[in-house]
Amino acid sequence: MIEYYVYKASSFAGDIDDLFVVITWIIGVCFLLTLGAFIYFMIRFRRKEGVKAEYITGEKHKEKKWTHYPHYAIIALDVVIIAVNIIVWVHIKQTLPPKDNLVRVIGQQWSWSFIDSGPDGVLDTADDIATVNDLHVKVGETYHFELQARDVIHNFSVPVFRLRQDALPGRTIKGWFKPTMTGSFDIQCAEMCGYGHGIMGGAITVHTEESYNETIAQIKNGTYESHYQKRMGTKTPLPSDTSQIEVEGSFARLLASVF
Amino acid sequence: MSEAAAAIHTEDHAEHHEELSFLYKYILPVDHKMIAMQYMFTGLIMAVIGGYFAYVFRMQLAYPGESVPFFGIVGPGEYNMMVTNHGTIMIFWVAMPVLIAAFGNFLIPLMCGCDDMVFPRLNRLSYQIFLVSALVLILSFFVKGGGFGGAWTAYPPLSSVPEFSLTDWGASLWVLAVALEFVSFLLGGINFVTTAMNARAPGMKMLDIPIAVWFIVIAVILFMASVGPLIAGAVMLFMDQRIGTTFFLPSGGGDPLLWEHLFWFFGHPEVYVVLLPTMGIVADIITVFSRKKLFGYRTVLYTAFATGGLSFVVWAHHQFVAGIDPRMANVFVVTTVLISIPIAEMLFSYIATLYGGSIEYTTPMLWALSFLFAFLIGGVTGIYLGASALDVYFHDSYFVLAHFHYTFFPITIIGMFAAITFWFPKMFGRMMNETLGKIHFWGTFIPFNCIFLPLFFLGLAGQHRRIYNYDHFPDLATEELQDIRVFATASLVIMLIFQVIFLYNFFYSMFKGEKAPDNPWKANTLEWTVPSPPPHGNFKTLPTVYRGAYEYSVPGREMDYWPQNMPPDES
Amino acid sequence: MSTRGPVATHRSSTGIPAGRLAVWWLLASEIFIFGGLIACFVLFKLNGTPGFEDASETSVVAGAFNTFVLLTSSLTVVLAHAAVERGDREKAFTYIWYTFAAGIVFLMVKVYEYSGKILSGHTITENLFWSFYYTMTGLHALHVIGGMVVMALISFDVRKGYNYQRVELIGLYWHFVDLVWIFLFPLFYIANF
Repeated sequence: MIEYYVYKASSFAGDIDDLFVVITWIIGVCFLLTLGAFIYFMIRFRRKEGVKAEYITGEKHKEKKWTHYPHYAIIALDVVIIAVNIIVWVHIKQTLPPKDNLVRVIGQQWSWSFIDSGPDGVLDTADDIATVNDLHVKVGETYHFELQARDVIHNFSVPVFRLRQDALPGRTIKGWFKPTMTGSFDIQCAEMCGYGHGIMGGAITVHTEESYNETIAQIKNGTYESHYQKRMGTKTPLPSDTSQIEVEGSFARLLASVF
Repeated sequence: MSEAAAAIHTEDHAEHHEELSFLYKYILPVDHKMIAMQYMFTGLIMAVIGGYFAYVFRMQLAYPGESVPFFGIVGPGEYNMMVTNHGTIMIFWVAMPVLIAAFGNFLIPLMCGCDDMVFPRLNRLSYQIFLVSALVLILSFFVKGGGFGGAWTAYPPLSSVPEFSLTDWGASLWVLAVALEFVSFLLGGINFVTTAMNARAPGMKMLDIPIAVWFIVIAVILFMASVGPLIAGAVMLFMDQRIGTTFFLPSGGGDPLLWEHLFWFFGHPEVYVVLLPTMGIVADIITVFSRKKLFGYRTVLYTAFATGGLSFVVWAHHQFVAGIDPRMANVFVVTTVLISIPIAEMLFSYIATLYGGSIEYTTPMLWALSFLFAFLIGGVTGIYLGASALDVYFHDSYFVLAHFHYTFFPITIIGMFAAITFWFPKMFGRMMNETLGKIHFWGTFIPFNCIFLPLFFLGLAGQHRRIYNYDHFPDLATEELQDIRVFATASLVIMLIFQVIFLYNFFYSMFKGEKAPDNPWKANTLEWTVPSPPPHGNFKTLPTVYRGAYEYSVPGREMDYWPQNMPPDES
Repeated sequence: MSTRGPVATHRSSTGIPAGRLAVWWLLASEIFIFGGLIACFVLFKLNGTPGFEDASETSVVAGAFNTFVLLTSSLTVVLAHAAVERGDREKAFTYIWYTFAAGIVFLMVKVYEYSGKILSGHTITENLFWSFYYTMTGLHALHVIGGMVVMALISFDVRKGYNYQRVELIGLYWHFVDLVWIFLFPLFYIANF
């Protein structure tokens, strides 16, 4: 369901989307059954002349079972949700697959700085590539990131990757992602960070090997034009150019896809 | 005993009549009903401010950069300030005073069958501190730099360093106001608990207490036990702001995560602090209008205890991606998802109460039922967010926002309207207009869903919160998503317009409405045995209680209700 | 039974006087406030935050003396309660003022300690240890002062012969203040874990 609204551009995006669907089915069925009983009672037991309400205490076992059986079902389904969730969580956050590249992400009021470790894969060496608000990555390679914040708490958020992680001042938080789709996408800051929180964004561009090398060469020789600026250039005011995203249809179609 | 008590009471009554001047009756009252009114009207005024903020920032989101009618151009600082204070006001200055303080003050002595709170002057003091806290908050909007704009969670270092927040005194006054509000409710809590525990009418056993009173008492106990660490945190934050200590500043050895833990250790129980009073109010309303005994009184009560207990061990689900140890997150997933068990049981009991009933759809009943519906949606969407892996995507998104508005809106606004329409005859001695009440109900309930259902889909699209203008995020600045924003805003405006009907109905009925009998809904609890509105001292003869609060449609009795104070041999 | 105030004040469905319930409530909320601060302090200490080795610079002698003073004052407040139970108003009055005097001694030692520390450069902003030290002992000292004020007010009522139950209530509160100090003393003066 989520992929209808946002591209699925990282290796674990599908896991999260699937988890969403699993939970939607489980709680959707519970929700509809509960709602059905609720609405049925509301219609069936509306006030009628001369019909007196029943006297049910709900303290006897025979009566209590009507709330207890659904209740046991919920406990069982909870266990399923917890189990599925933990599998996905362990995969995304608790394990670090072997890395191909390393990038440092630094949040400050109100921009993102990125330092790619370059060919040697070690940060703070001469071949590091520093960019502001623009992150360039290669498709199909596993990236580790080191997340830092200079001033206040920020949150490194890439919706197409289904990735959000707080950046805390004074700490370095490690994580990973593996892009699976080329294109240029939003980076957000998803934690209130002050006056300019609303403009704190960036662009992540997922390249093929050739275009990546081309872009890096541009950065090195100074002919580089920021992808973030390019994306932003035509954006204001609304209604805006929607070339970056396929035009999927009207609001009504968006809703229709869900129901 | 009861005669002696009555004698004392009449004497007391006479004594008060001489000395009550206007000042002592309306400005500095000790009478619990008048204090309840003070809380309610203060809360309603704050609700108007909070609602106005919501109107302004929703308009900005729908028509970014354009001048908002009745406000003007919204800048980023103003937007942040309004988002922050909308949240703060609605929870601390609307939900808590109206649901807990106003209805707690009004109902606990009446439902427990005594003449006032145990400590009336302490009660007055707690209102006065509350009023000061509200004034301090309003003052904070007008100081240099503007009001605090760092979100109602106030994560440091943004909230603790003026250079980062750009609201030097705004932030400090905000912390001060919140701390004063906490102190006020800690003082008020003394009265709620002691009155319900100690001042009950003779014969009223623990399990005869109406659920509304029980739940308010559980709520204030939860509040007391959770707010302490945050008061300590607020002191530390205030010192960070004003003295220059570094409790939450990493460069001085402090830790910003510490505040998150202190805040959410309070913040999650706080959800249940405001939920439980509404749940109690709804329990009373649905039993009255379906003429049914509450299904499983004990079960409902025990689920409330279980919910309260569990709510202390779930706080870190707000911090799944905040940099805590990922292994810890698994523990909190389990506790968070488990909390669905008592809450579901409670909702099932409420729905089961309707079974076999004789449901009359009055305005309060419509509000109560719509609460159950809306809270059901709020509850099930909470499961998504309790799953840590989904939180990786949904953290700080509109999905979260829509989810908690589907819990807080029913709790605060729907619960408030349910309670006001239900107890209005008792509070003011007049009936509200049913037709206007129903128009207002549908005019609020339908737009409410139209505001917040679409926001779930914005959340699915990855839209993050507290952004004053999505133009800077090309993936979000699309026409379809903007349509959703405009639709939500339009629904909000429609809903706000319908509130005029409520205000008209409220004030017209207060002065010109049909005179209310003592017991217009034919309910069992003690507050309906006294005149409407209750005189000073409430009961002419202090009542004795013979049975529980929900003995409706008892077989073999002609009357379908059985007031708690009616001796068993009468009928 | 006094006829003042509403009937509610004099009821006791639980069998516990309302005043005692109220003080318990107050103390419970205080426990959570001080508990929060103590938990924060311990967490920082366990994390090895720099500056916490300064705990060796606080004077164990002064702290121990203050502990002794507070414990003694807890004894005198119990004696005051016992005297009130016997109906001995004058004795109770005297014991309350002994407790008050112990409070004064406690505060004087605190002032001596504070001024010494500040003069030697350990101000509240020096590092987290001193921030916690001044915040927590300062908050505790405010509670001592508050208790003393209430005690002074109560003592005259008691001598005139009413509101006896309040001696027990202030005693409960005073024991709590004492208890908090029993936690603060090892944390700030002797612990080096």
